[in-house]
Amino acid sequence: MSIEVQNVSKRFGGFDALKNISFSVPAGQLVALLGPSGGGKTTMLRIIAGLESADAGTVRLAGEDATDRSVRQRGVGFVFQHYALFRHMSVFENVAFGLRVRPRRVRPSNDDIKRKVHELLGLVQLDFLADRLPSQLSGGQRQRVALARALAVEPKVLLLDEPFGALDANVRRELREWLRRLHDDIHLTSVFVTHDQEEALDLADRVVIINQGAIEQDGSAEDVLQRPATEFVKDFFRFVPGSPVYPGKTSVKAN
Amino acid sequence: MTAVTNHSTTTRTTRQELTEPPLLRWGLTAVVVAFLTLFLVLPLVTVFIAAFSKGVVPYLTAIREPDALSALRLTLLTAAIAVPCNLVFGLAAGWAIAKFDFRYKSLLTTLIDLPFAISPVISGMVFVLVFGRNGVFGSWFIDHDIRVVFAVPGIVLATVFVSFPFVAREVIPVMEAAGSDQEEAACVLGASGLQTFFRVTLPNIKWGVIYGVILCNARVMGEFGAVSVLSGHIRGLTNTLPLQVEILYNEYNFQAAFAVATLLAFLALVTLVLKTVSERHLHEPTR
Repeated sequence: MSIEVQNVSKRFGGFDALKNISFSVPAGQLVALLGPSGGGKTTMLRIIAGLESADAGTVRLAGEDATDRSVRQRGVGFVFQHYALFRHMSVFENVAFGLRVRPRRVRPSNDDIKRKVHELLGLVQLDFLADRLPSQLSGGQRQRVALARALAVEPKVLLLDEPFGALDANVRRELREWLRRLHDDIHLTSVFVTHDQEEALDLADRVVIINQGAIEQDGSAEDVLQRPATEFVKDFFRFVPGSPVYPGKTSVKAN
Repeated sequence: MTAVTNHSTTTRTTRQELTEPPLLRWGLTAVVVAFLTLFLVLPLVTVFIAAFSKGVVPYLTAIREPDALSALRLTLLTAAIAVPCNLVFGLAAGWAIAKFDFRYKSLLTTLIDLPFAISPVISGMVFVLVFGRNGVFGSWFIDHDIRVVFAVPGIVLATVFVSFPFVAREVIPVMEAAGSDQEEAACVLGASGLQTFFRVTLPNIKWGVIYGVILCNARVMGEFGAVSVLSGHIRGLTNTLPLQVEILYNEYNFQAAFAVATLLAFLALVTLVLKTVSERHLHEPTR
């Protein structure tokens, strides 16, 4: 399912969080919203999900105007920065939640829920932890539970807010590769927010760079890295190998 | 091996540096024990000694007195109405204050604390003014032959008012600490408002709610001032346990007064047991 964001603006008090933002994500793509903290990326993601409403502009999902649709009706999967797992529920119940709260006529049977949840936990390689509470898991495991929970409702779009932000470097790298493989397998339209340049370049099909509420550049990893559209983008990638201004051997080669 | 020894030595030195000298420790402990004995244990023991001062039979007679039983019934009835009211109110107010931003939020928070700030006697008198014969609704109640003041409805109203903040006060900080993340997650997963509340919010604040209910209940059963103004002290009809104790005490019937007081003490003990039981259940992993 494609996502189109058209001329979205959002103010918080006297502060312009988003200024007339437009971009689109074709179905099946994995797109990164990249930029410094406080630049408006998370707000943008929350507006797509319907957790925040835009002051102006429209959000279209699969070509249909979804601006006035509530969170519940949008059918998106959302992975929160700090996972927001239900603390009092087991891993199993966390993943089953989205199925259990469905209206009775579309709710799967208990057996179906069980099968589906174990299938998802298998997918994130955590089936052996089904009975644990979130507090008994490591950060990386919680992250994967959050992902399985989001996938359980079969969303048309997956939105991830700083999905690896709170993890240590190794786990981060591992999960990153794992998410890339997962995306290659299920081709779910996905948008993730990150402030980590390498993460965005490494993982995303396309990178949208947002700074101070506006889009600086929207292009492939190669584009934004090697052909920065603005001074900001050039400066933002200056410590990334491959950037024209990278202070090392790579920059010499690139030149 | 060396590393381990070093480590434990460090811990020991730190621990010594962090504790107070023995004299101070014992001194402070003694202060606490003395205070507890003087202000908590001694009065409770005295109540029971005075209640049984003339033996078991007069004690039983005193608590089997019809007036005493009726006071017990009224106290329990009042609790059965006031506590659920304040539970619903406290949850609703807590939910609104902790999870949403709106204008006049601080005003609402202040209003919730109002019963704490006002003397219960004053609140009782306010209710007499509002619901009494010459009050705002007075003539309407007279026309419809409803008695509020000097009757059970007045007692319940006053009790609800004075015990109003307990659940809300306990619930708001717990709700604020839990944040809105889990509720947002539930919404994205398709849960309705009610489903979110009962499946996510409520289980997360369970401990705070139960604690608030227990405090509220204790206050409801022990309330004296406001109820005293509104009750009219009609024996066997509008006397709650605390009022009954006062009446007996004023009649120099000390033994009976303390005997009825033990009923209140028992209710307090039951409350404590419930609290302990609920806490134990709360720490079990949820299925």
